[in-house]
Order: sequence, then C-alpha cells, then structure tokens
Amino acid sequence: MNTMTPVDKGATAPNPARAEAALLPLVDVIEDADGIVLIADLPGVAKEQLSLRVLDDQLHIEGDLALPLPAGAQGSRNEVRRSHYRRAFTLSKELDANQVSAELAHGVLRVRIPKAAHAQPRRITVQLS
Amino acid sequence: MYRSLFSRDLFAELARLQSEMGQPIDDTPAIRGIGGMGRSGYPALNVTDTPTSIEIVAFAPGLDPAKIDVQIDRGVLTIDGERQNDQPAPSAKTSWHVAERFHGRFRRVVSVPDDIDRQAVTASYRDGLLHLSLPRRESAQPRRVAVQ
Repeated sequence: MNTMTPVDKGATAPNPARAEAALLPLVDVIEDADGIVLIADLPGVAKEQLSLRVLDDQLHIEGDLALPLPAGAQGSRNEVRRSHYRRAFTLSKELDANQVSAELAHGVLRVRIPKAAHAQPRRITVQLS
Repeated sequence: MYRSLFSRDLFAELARLQSEMGQPIDDTPAIRGIGGMGRSGYPALNVTDTPTSIEIVAFAPGLDPAKIDVQIDRGVLTIDGERQNDQPAPSAKTSWHVAERFHGRFRRVVSVPDDIDRQAVTASYRDGLLHLSLPRRESAQPRRVAVQ
C-alpha cells in the first residue's frame, strides 16, 4: 500500500523564489493501521524556521538552517553547504490531511497523519443465521 | 615489493583523507544516507578556521546531549556517541515505506592544530547541532606589534 510517496526534489517548489537547490532531509516513513508517521532529520532548524504545509495532496516540509558561524573565518571544510531544507511528499487519498500533527525536537521532526475514517481497516463480523 | 597496508605517517594520512572529504566530490545538495552524505558519515561536519579558534559544527539530530562523548588527544578530536532508534516499535501492522535515517553508534575524527587550548574548549547542543568551539592559545594568536 503506497500511501505516501516522496516527490522528486525541486519538482514542486511551491514558492518560485525558493526554487534554488536545497538540502534534502533524510526521512523515515512508517505506516500502521491508524495512519502514517513521518520522521525527518532537520538539524539546525528551530521551530520558528520550520514550515509544514499541505497543498494539493502534497505535504511540503521546508526549513532554514541557522549556522552559528563566527566572523573572520579564514578557511573551512564544509560537508553541508546550503542552509535551506526542502522536501515534498504526495499523500494518498486515504490520509486525512486535516488531522496532521507535528512536533520538532533536537532537529528531528515527527509528523503524524491519520487515515481517514473510511480508510481505516474494519473488521466485519459474520453473523450466523 | 608490496606497499604497506598502513601509512607510515598516520596523521598525514588522516589529513589527506580529511582534505579529500572536504573536496566537492559532487555538489549534490542532498543530505543523504549511505552513498551520498554517507561518504562523510553521521554526523556531517562543518569545520571553520578563524584566527582565534577552530569552530566545528556537527549535524547530529536526535541525540541525548549527555551521551555525546567529545575527546581531544594529540591533535585529534573524536566525537563518539550513539543515536537511539526513535521509530515506532514494529508490529504486524507496521510497514516501512522509506527508511533513510541513521541510528546506531557513530564516531567522527577531526585533526586539529596543536595550538588549541584544550581547557577552554566549549560544546553546546541545540536544535540537533553540536557546536564545538576550540580556542587557540593566546600565545599562538596573531598579534599586531605597535611600531614606536
């Protein structure tokens, strides 16, 4: 069951001004009977710098990275060279986009999206006549 | 005959590896797992030199600060730790669609110059960034000499 698919990076930047290349945060997407849990690594993103939006069946995660860099830098060896994170996911119809809840702690974002009531598995009791 | 498996100068070799890691191998914008960012490993490091200090930023989300072990020994700084698995406990009803994030033990090594004042090194952890500030010793800092 494919209820949440990553969208190719950069393919759907909702804000054209932000269309430049961005860091692609690493994620885990786990589905259980009630819905989806998405966990994303966003090191350096404070709560105020995080943007989480649902737009046309797509979940957009964006964030700005605040680097505590000192003045007067002479040289650097940087493995992270950008300061903006962006990634989008397509939500399937069975997810209830109005019930998204999210928390951010230590640079880890945890998003929970429940399945719509009609999409929840239902046990049907067989009656004996 | 055969080249030794071990470089004679371990530290020169470390420095070589480190400068190689610093090269833009491919300017991929992604923080990836094994294969991309995995080339450098978890956590990714930004190292900046200033006249007064070396500043190291480790991109280490989801850690317990009390369990990060930072040591400096003979010009080598080591960051050690373990990242707990924070995924929901697996059950018969769970299925993984994407699994990219790292968890488990990690270690990263950075060579640092000799003029670091080891007593004055500070470390802070915020929003998943570990920031290490390694001040250079006073005597090693560039000093302007006033001409009379």
